[in-house]
Amino acid sequence: MEKRVVFSKLGLPILLVAPQIVITLVFFIWPASQALYQSLLLEDAFGLRSQFVWLDNFIALFSDPHYLDSFARTVVFSAATAGLSLGVALFLAAMADRVLKGATAYRTLIVWPYAVAPAVAGVLWFFMFNPSIGVLAYLLKWLGYDWNHYLDGTDAMMLVILAASWKQVSYNFLFFLAGLQAIPRSLVEAAAIDGARPFKRFWTIIFPLLSPTAFFLLVVNIVYAFFDTFGIVHATTSGGPAQSTTILVYKVFSDGFIGLDLGGSAAQSVVLMAVVITLTVFQFRYIERKVAY
Amino acid sequence: MAGLEFIGVRKTYPNGVQAIHGIDMAVADGEFVVIVGPSGCGKSTLLRMVAGLETVTEGEIRIGENRVNELEPADRNIAMVFQNYALYPHMSVFDNMAYGLRNRRTPRDEIARRVAEAAGTLQLEGLLDRRPGQLSGGQRQRVAMGRAIVREPEAFLFDEPLSNLDAKLRVQMRLEIKRLQRALGTTSLYVTHDQVEAMTLADRLIVMNAGVAEQVGRPLEIYDAPATLFVAGFIGSPAMNFLPGTVADDGSGANLDGVDRTLLVAPPASAGRGRIMVGIRPEHLEPVSREEAAMEVVVELVEALGADSLVHGLLADGGEGAAVTVRLDGARRVAAGEVLSLAVAPNHVHFFDPDDGKRLA
Amino acid sequence: MVENRPWLTVFSHVVLCLGVLVTALPIWIAFVASTHPADSMLSGRTPLLPGGHMIENYATVLGSGVRAAGSIPVGTMLWNSFVMALMIAVGKIAISIIAAYAIVYFRFPLRRTCFWVIFITLMLPVEVRILPTFGVVASLGMLNSYWGLSVPLIASATATFLFRQFFLTVPEELAEAARIDGAGPFKFFRDILLPLSRTNIAALFVILFIFGWNQYLWPLLVTTDEGYYTIVMGIQRMLQAEDAEPAWHEIMATSMLAMLPPVLVVVFMQRLFVKGLIEQEK
Repeated sequence: MEKRVVFSKLGLPILLVAPQIVITLVFFIWPASQALYQSLLLEDAFGLRSQFVWLDNFIALFSDPHYLDSFARTVVFSAATAGLSLGVALFLAAMADRVLKGATAYRTLIVWPYAVAPAVAGVLWFFMFNPSIGVLAYLLKWLGYDWNHYLDGTDAMMLVILAASWKQVSYNFLFFLAGLQAIPRSLVEAAAIDGARPFKRFWTIIFPLLSPTAFFLLVVNIVYAFFDTFGIVHATTSGGPAQSTTILVYKVFSDGFIGLDLGGSAAQSVVLMAVVITLTVFQFRYIERKVAY
Repeated sequence: MAGLEFIGVRKTYPNGVQAIHGIDMAVADGEFVVIVGPSGCGKSTLLRMVAGLETVTEGEIRIGENRVNELEPADRNIAMVFQNYALYPHMSVFDNMAYGLRNRRTPRDEIARRVAEAAGTLQLEGLLDRRPGQLSGGQRQRVAMGRAIVREPEAFLFDEPLSNLDAKLRVQMRLEIKRLQRALGTTSLYVTHDQVEAMTLADRLIVMNAGVAEQVGRPLEIYDAPATLFVAGFIGSPAMNFLPGTVADDGSGANLDGVDRTLLVAPPASAGRGRIMVGIRPEHLEPVSREEAAMEVVVELVEALGADSLVHGLLADGGEGAAVTVRLDGARRVAAGEVLSLAVAPNHVHFFDPDDGKRLA
Repeated sequence: MVENRPWLTVFSHVVLCLGVLVTALPIWIAFVASTHPADSMLSGRTPLLPGGHMIENYATVLGSGVRAAGSIPVGTMLWNSFVMALMIAVGKIAISIIAAYAIVYFRFPLRRTCFWVIFITLMLPVEVRILPTFGVVASLGMLNSYWGLSVPLIASATATFLFRQFFLTVPEELAEAARIDGAGPFKFFRDILLPLSRTNIAALFVILFIFGWNQYLWPLLVTTDEGYYTIVMGIQRMLQAEDAEPAWHEIMATSMLAMLPPVLVVVFMQRLFVKGLIEQEK
């Protein structure tokens, strides 16, 4: 889509895009290309000499069991977080769409965790599950389960998944509710006249119409789980115990900043870039197709 | 006040599409000229070129004595009324009208005076503080007019200003525009696809088709003597009947295809002896007795409008059957299947060259 | 809903109330903890009802800070967060709206290239280019400064696309009418486009303010000077206390303070906030 009428000045538009372009080039494109370049280099421990090693860093990366472990953990973490937060949000949104009275009030009360920083969300759950003083850890102990995310990797993983999902439900809920409310009432009424009961109606009429929203949210949630959850992990488990919560973003950070492995960290960055690019392209292709739908 | 002149104006878009194929014409000071044509004929492009919203590829446009090709829209001293009104939605009616004057650094009290005057003329006095969103379609239309009037421009440009109104309001606003233009005496260029609007408003008409001005003239001139088949078909409602035929051997008439008698109206000498296209308007066919008839038509469908009835039929012995429309007095009752014997008003038969579509004279 | 099924409606309300409770639980616990003295936390488990030390705890963290985190008053951190969030929100909106204006309303060489350069930023979140971006900021001498905290984050493809999308829906005749009314590119932007974008700007501001406030990784990298700590990262510093058990009552008080401003923004500007979020999908 293009505008017909345009101003014909030359210098002005360039001046107008300049700030955005300069910042993008300096803080996005240049660092990204640096990462790309460094991922092909091997530096000695003091950073004095570097050697061009082509894809050696990537080969090393994908033959490193720690990295592959981390990759697998990230996939589990993302799937669990996306699944949990999408499922809960859809359920709540379907309920909120049903009740005529108070839908807005429920929305307000469910939506606000969106404003909570992931790191803070992590700290709140970290506190509630604290093995010695946490409320929920105490409750679990009473039920016969000895929770300890300091020692048990599975507990730690559950903790970050719960914290990440708790925060993300609000966002998903908002979109699902908006999507549900955008479905024409007459369609649902027509289905009711055709004899479909509420539950059947939901799966045969409402959910298919909601699928573009659901797909959009799926991509957003995966991106969220891959990248925005850094704060949750870093502020609480620090990737532990025994690397059981070291997801990929956390690993880039710790290998680069703490381990000072520049080439390896850069290679990891490049892999992550590839992930985001794939997801973004996927999303945009889908949205283009959605227009025809 | 000033006239307007097009000298060899052409428009070619960057993608190579030719929108205007050379227009030459002068609009006199104070004249109301309507550009009419089907959509895509280039009429809006021509208007926008006068406004300065499209560049002129070739030729010259003059407002008054001045070439304006290179001037910014704001410097051409014109005002424009858009199809969707293009009112600034966040400004009050007053500010909408005043905005252009403020940009020209018109003194404050002068702005107030002019807006008040325009508001008085257009009956907008009570609405000056409202936003466009709070107005009805007709009121918005008036505000758009007001915005044009307060500028006191050399020329008004109207781009299908009535097409967003409902039928009743359109008729009312049409009269108002005409009255206003008379009162102000401002040169006006008005684009429309509606030939009724064109006929009623225009001092002179430009009928455009595919980037070419097919005919320029006063409305009734064009109605009485359309220069081409296109103009003949476009102006007048319902449209003129076109019946192909051959010039009779002695040149005294035309043998219409599917009619077994000769139409006894002599084509102009320039027609020669070959094929010819005969045009007859529905209102120039008249039911008569069988003996006097020039043709017979089997009635298919009747649209009774009250004052008159439109009868759609087929030539009685026309084989495949050429369609003919007849306008009859509303009092006359006709039923489908009936055969009408029709005579033709001899002064109202039009002859066209079937090859190039030009009127034969 | 279409037919009347009272039990289903009751069920819906029960589910929703449960959802609300689970949503609120962490906050309630945090609030309770922030109102108790340090020793009631060490006694084994957190109490479930508020205690009487609310004012002391909040006064301590706001005024003198938490020892383990270098005793930076939380008040300072709040201010830093506020400045950073404001700079990011205003900066993003400002550079995005003018860039979108240029791209939609002008034709100039490299226009498409500019569009793609901006588009690419969508695919490069900070997290994937941590080290080199840190390198750039360090070599520009922007570490430990408000500029360093905000400027690298203010290039935004989403905001630019949002404005572009909106500008494309503004009728072309409006720009034409403005040209005839004698408004040049600057006046058209100031008098017509900017006022028309008001709600979009406000909605975006809400989203971006929260985005800026909640930044974590970036401030962690570029601030070593405690005077520039933001509150969200400051909490992490408190948790990494050398002594065995963190000062939970103070950490929770700080967490409450860290959540308060963005949560208030969301609750009180819900309409704008919802609009801002939903529009990003398009």
